[in-house]
Amino acid sequence: MRASTVDLIADNPGGAAGRRTLAWAAGGLGGAAALAGGLLAPVDAIQGTAQRLMYLHVPAAWAAYAAFAVVLAASGAYLIGRDLRWDRFARAAAEIGVVLTALAIGTGSLWGRLVWGTWWAWDPRLVSTALLLLAYAGYLALRRTVAERSGARDGADHRVARLAAVVGVAGFLLVPVVHFSVVWWRSLHQQATILAPQRPPIDPRMALVLLLAVAAATAAATAVLLHRVVRLERRLAAPPPAPSRRGGRVPARAR
Amino acid sequence: MIRRRTGRITLVGVLLAAGGVLVTGALRDTLTYYRTPGEVLTDPGATRERVRLGGEVVPGSLRRDGDLVVFRLAAAGREITVRQRGVPPETFREGEDAVVEGTLAVDGIFRADQVLVRHGNEYRPSAAPTEPPDAR
Repeated sequence: MRASTVDLIADNPGGAAGRRTLAWAAGGLGGAAALAGGLLAPVDAIQGTAQRLMYLHVPAAWAAYAAFAVVLAASGAYLIGRDLRWDRFARAAAEIGVVLTALAIGTGSLWGRLVWGTWWAWDPRLVSTALLLLAYAGYLALRRTVAERSGARDGADHRVARLAAVVGVAGFLLVPVVHFSVVWWRSLHQQATILAPQRPPIDPRMALVLLLAVAAATAAATAVLLHRVVRLERRLAAPPPAPSRRGGRVPARAR
Repeated sequence: MIRRRTGRITLVGVLLAAGGVLVTGALRDTLTYYRTPGEVLTDPGATRERVRLGGEVVPGSLRRDGDLVVFRLAAAGREITVRQRGVPPETFREGEDAVVEGTLAVDGIFRADQVLVRHGNEYRPSAAPTEPPDAR
């Protein structure tokens, strides 16, 4: 497992081939999920066709949780070992998590419009998810601000990495709040089905499509993460850009 | 330098405090998204403010009268009659949960102008399944 991880972030033909294989696997799983979701899964008795949005919404939310767990693990690993490679993992995972959280909110909003009858509600799950998005967007903004102010390169500097790692660990506190918001508080949002302790009935075909879609999202997010980390390393290995303005501010190149 | 830093820390402190007040104020209504009929009926101030009321749409209580929809919402043995102006979502039906927004009038009838359907976390095919659903 560890050996293959090292291989997958290597910037050489072997690593690139491994990442391509993972991307193809994600595409295959996604295709299977789309086919099964369109043809095999039945229409829901109460929600109708709108329920199919579940096959986008749940994987996006799940993969966002997973991305923030990677931020937590990589930030912790950086704080312990002071290896900047973990800092780059944290940054790439946070970027992916932010995009996936936005996707979960977007698909959830559409699903809510179709089934609840509203695009948005001031409900514990929705508000906590919006806070999660803000927290990790803030994490990325903080990285960039610190990098620009200190003339550091985001992903190759301990001044950025140390502060980011602390925020990256603290931010994960919001993830259980989001996940259990529907249990702890009275919410418009339905509770979990697959992750519920006593699983409520779900049609096995729907569950199969959901699991396929979750697997596809996880594989795709991993492929993007590895690709992003390799790109960041490649960019940061290049010579730093010359300071263009006085005041020691350097435009953030490593985007 | 030290004065600048003190000023900055004060600013951050003030911003955090203001944010905290705003968040707690906003979350008061958010953490409990809706109230049950029992809670609204026992709250003497309920007729004076806009509230969200949630419960099961009592089977057999749904009537449509022009653009007025009348039904009863029940939870934990208490129920309130709701007069809703405007069309509820397509997924609205008897036996399912709904959350309405409006005010409780002094006559004990809830005047609502918005209905949200609160569906559960169970997913079943719409056509009658060929075999009994797998109730795990």
